[in-house]
Amino acid sequence: MVSLEKLHPEERNFLENVPCPTFAAQPWVRGKKLKERRVAIISTAGLHQPEDRPFTSVEGDYYRIIPGDIQSNNLVMSHVSVNFDRTGFYRDLNVVFPIDRLRELAESGDIGSIASFHYSFMGADDPMRWEQTARHLAGLLKKDNIDAVLLVPV
Amino acid sequence: MLAHFLEEEGLATTQISLIRLHTDVIKPPRALWVPFELGRPLGEPNNPAFQKRVLMSALGLLEAPRGPLLIDFPDDTPLLGGAPVMLACPYVPPAEDAETTQADRLCKTFKTEMTSMRPWYDQALKKRGRTIVGISKLTPEAIADFLCSFLEGSTPTQNPRQDVSLAYQLGYSVEDLKAYYYEAITAQPGADVLSSEDLDKWFWENTVAGKFLRELRGICLKNEDKLLQQTAARRIIPQKTLLTNTGGKG
Repeated sequence: MVSLEKLHPEERNFLENVPCPTFAAQPWVRGKKLKERRVAIISTAGLHQPEDRPFTSVEGDYYRIIPGDIQSNNLVMSHVSVNFDRTGFYRDLNVVFPIDRLRELAESGDIGSIASFHYSFMGADDPMRWEQTARHLAGLLKKDNIDAVLLVPV
Repeated sequence: MLAHFLEEEGLATTQISLIRLHTDVIKPPRALWVPFELGRPLGEPNNPAFQKRVLMSALGLLEAPRGPLLIDFPDDTPLLGGAPVMLACPYVPPAEDAETTQADRLCKTFKTEMTSMRPWYDQALKKRGRTIVGISKLTPEAIADFLCSFLEGSTPTQNPRQDVSLAYQLGYSVEDLKAYYYEAITAQPGADVLSSEDLDKWFWENTVAGKFLRELRGICLKNEDKLLQQTAARRIIPQKTLLTNTGGKG
């Protein structure tokens, strides 16, 4: 699969008509070389540890914490949408949450280090509802000395 | 959108984009569009070298001097090699008994098929050291019992969990059931490299579970509980499967 052209016309039509916000400002934060940066992942795949509560659509219940030392065999997904492939994730978590690849990049010196905590949202929601939560998480990420955030959709 | 909020708070972000059209409108500071199917932002499972290329391409945008940037990743996922594999569907003897209802027979056959998949599910667990089955917090046997209870009556007598609604538990159980089957089948020889399309075709057209879920969906769509109706409409069968309207195992 390559792009929207490969989807069923109704699926394509749906995605083409999803309302997307625009922003007047274009913030741009400069930083260090990549090999000096501390990286956190924020996924919107609805990931969490098996013992965590699954995602709901309750207002305010927007994210789960993924510890930095998480084992890649210890995450499940409770995203409510069934309209994306999960068979890749069943076989290899890194195709959605590239934690092992990130660790390899830290070992090889391509990045500086990895966050103490990563975060997961569940993307079947209006992300504009997440604004205050995102701004709050920014403070927590900075306390962990994060200076690079990798956002990964699903 | 998250990127805008984080960047405004002073954190540099980069991201993978799966739908270029959306990213082009939202204009996050840095984005790498990838041509992969939805659900696979890093491209190919069990291909660390390819995943690392994608990851480094996204992270590399952090060193760009100015933006916003929307860069296209140049390659699709590697083509899968090898001869086509026939997926083995377990033999499930028909549950014939004049005293039972059609729903009883479907449930019995479904449970027999599920049991017959168990050696491959166990094999998958040993091989990968992980399973995605678990969000319902039920065992595979309890998942089958819970889902069958919808066919036996219009609404199950009780929700096996107190912390989530019946509709949510239905959605989680269906997700666990599908994960159980897909994890099991991809443990079979030659099946680990099959495309999602091949696997979906196998599940929805060749398993009793696929037929069972179609029945389940139809029943829950008629339930008076609106949340159950919504779950049935959106969370049991993928839209593309509904749109292609494939038949299913009889």
